[in-house]
Amino acid sequence: MRLEDPWYDALASGWGELDGTGSFAPAEVPAPATPGRGPSAAEIYLEVQRSEAFQEVRRRYRRFVVPATLAFLVWYLAYVVTAVTAPGLMARPVVGAVNVAMVAGLGQFLTTFLLTGAYARHARLRRDRAALDLRWDTQEMTRGIGR
Amino acid sequence: MSGNHQTLALLLFSAFIAVTLGITTWVSRNRQGSAEEFYAGGRLFSPMENGFAIAGDYMSAASFLGISGVIALYGYDGMLYSVGFLVAWLVVLLLVAELVRNCGRFTLADVVAARMAERPVRIAAGTSSVTVSVLYLVAQMVGAGSLVALLLGGTSGAARSWTVIGVGALMVVYVSLGGMRATTWIQIVKAVLLMAGTVVLTALVLVHFHGNFNELLNSAADRSGNGREFLSPGLRYGGSWTARVDFISLGLALVLGTAGLPHILSRFYTVPTARAARRSVVWSIGLIGGFYLMTIVLGFGAAALVGSAEVRESNPAGNTAVPLLALVLGGGEGSTGGTILFAVVAAVAFATILAVVAGITLASSASVAHDLYASLRRPGSRQYSEVAVARVAAAGIGLAAIGLGLLAQDLNVAFLVGLAFAVAASANLPVLLFSLFWRKFTTRGAVWSVYGGLLPAVALVLISPVVSGSPTSLFPGVDFQLFPLENPGLVSIPLGFLAGWIGTVTSTEPPDEAKHAETEVRALTGAGAV
Repeated sequence: MRLEDPWYDALASGWGELDGTGSFAPAEVPAPATPGRGPSAAEIYLEVQRSEAFQEVRRRYRRFVVPATLAFLVWYLAYVVTAVTAPGLMARPVVGAVNVAMVAGLGQFLTTFLLTGAYARHARLRRDRAALDLRWDTQEMTRGIGR
Repeated sequence: MSGNHQTLALLLFSAFIAVTLGITTWVSRNRQGSAEEFYAGGRLFSPMENGFAIAGDYMSAASFLGISGVIALYGYDGMLYSVGFLVAWLVVLLLVAELVRNCGRFTLADVVAARMAERPVRIAAGTSSVTVSVLYLVAQMVGAGSLVALLLGGTSGAARSWTVIGVGALMVVYVSLGGMRATTWIQIVKAVLLMAGTVVLTALVLVHFHGNFNELLNSAADRSGNGREFLSPGLRYGGSWTARVDFISLGLALVLGTAGLPHILSRFYTVPTARAARRSVVWSIGLIGGFYLMTIVLGFGAAALVGSAEVRESNPAGNTAVPLLALVLGGGEGSTGGTILFAVVAAVAFATILAVVAGITLASSASVAHDLYASLRRPGSRQYSEVAVARVAAAGIGLAAIGLGLLAQDLNVAFLVGLAFAVAASANLPVLLFSLFWRKFTTRGAVWSVYGGLLPAVALVLISPVVSGSPTSLFPGVDFQLFPLENPGLVSIPLGFLAGWIGTVTSTEPPDEAKHAETEVRALTGAGAV
């Protein structure tokens, strides 16, 4: 097992929730719409969806997740396809008994651990706080609407 | 193998059963039988607890004994499995865990039905979830039967059959009486036992080679009888092109299937928030990754210390590699150390099967009661509480699994597991991803994508060499084989996505913008999550 540990953050971030630190997304509240007999739940969700704060959370999520997913899927499929179609290449020795195949296989483990750590860190620092603010605001707005 | 192993193994296993039954009665005291309680264990597990439980649900005996066995026999090719099983968790972590926790209540169908016409979607998603669970369940039951035969020497058919029946009865007791809370604690206990057992064996192997991985690989290559080829891919899947494409198909099913397994999805509902769901997946990736790294050491260790030929002689599929390795590491046949280690490994393997089986049974009883019963019940007929239905469903699924497990005793376990993953990836994953990420997705698209993945996956297996047309198939006498691959994933997974797309673009009903907005806002923020 490696010593440089991508779980450090996850382990050290304590048992409590709500320890999101770092920079905040702009979390200005979408103005609670018209007073009086207020909007329906559907209108509220559409309004929150259009708000800048929500768009920012979604952008941050997608900007991380889409390239990361493509990257690890391509890397994994390339590994599997190479292993079954080009065993000669995979058998090339690197150090001692360790060959390209062994390095690539352990590399898959390593990249999985690293990406897990990177995603957890990104979500904790860049998304959690803004998402939580939006959650309370949205729930505040939908309160009292029969759902 | 002498009687000592068996007595000690049975003793340890009885202790495990006693402890888990104790847990079941302990957690089910003074509980109101609410649905939250039964399906989600009250949603108050910590991320670490749930991480261990997820790992416990996922690391089946097929991985513990099967993968290291394949490595012991075929060397590097076994590693391809462990990589696929691990990388799959990135799909779960990045695309599924948090969003599903935020949008759903108990099952996969909850997430999809929130946006769509409820009834057809629930029936479709419920059907595919139950299909996946039953396939996976039969694989574990068959595995349990053969394990007993292998480890306790009782090769008679009666011993196998009684094991299948016993395992089935126990899991019904756990699930019906204890619900998710008991099942989760059983998973945690099992995960700790399995990790501890694996760490001890791995440490002993590494100590034996003075921590020199290079020396371990060299000795493994020498004793395997295959030399250098043992350390590179090709010994098992390097034959014909059909075999190679078949492996690519399996690889695709493994990496995409995990995110569609109902018993994995239902685990995210046992924690209070999406953030906790994410942290439980991080825990489980750590545990599962560490576990698969250790099975690689155990596999090569078995090849080096026991020898591939000896492993094959004991069991042609390699399933006894780890127990044999434990015997050698403990000091060999007849020594006290060997006896103890062997018994511990056997007991851990039993515990593993029992826990995995309980997790799957719970998930499928939730699908039956929460999705199928609620949608198919005739209006006006007497209504039973959902939890009561789920308890009865658990018993019914247990009986079905016992029956199928007895019938399918000669089927290859690894094949059944691969098939369950392929069906999960074809029927469950497309509908889940489309619902979470595609604005224009409609009810027809949802229903089509489930059946468009499920039916081809099942049909392709029926016309594959697994069922007919080869000496090793189910019906070797007849030949209606049309499809060359054993694993349907390569064809059926794209078909599931394609069917969902076609269903959506051809549907006359416009997509519901507001429902999509609600799903998206809830998925990413957790607003309104239970």
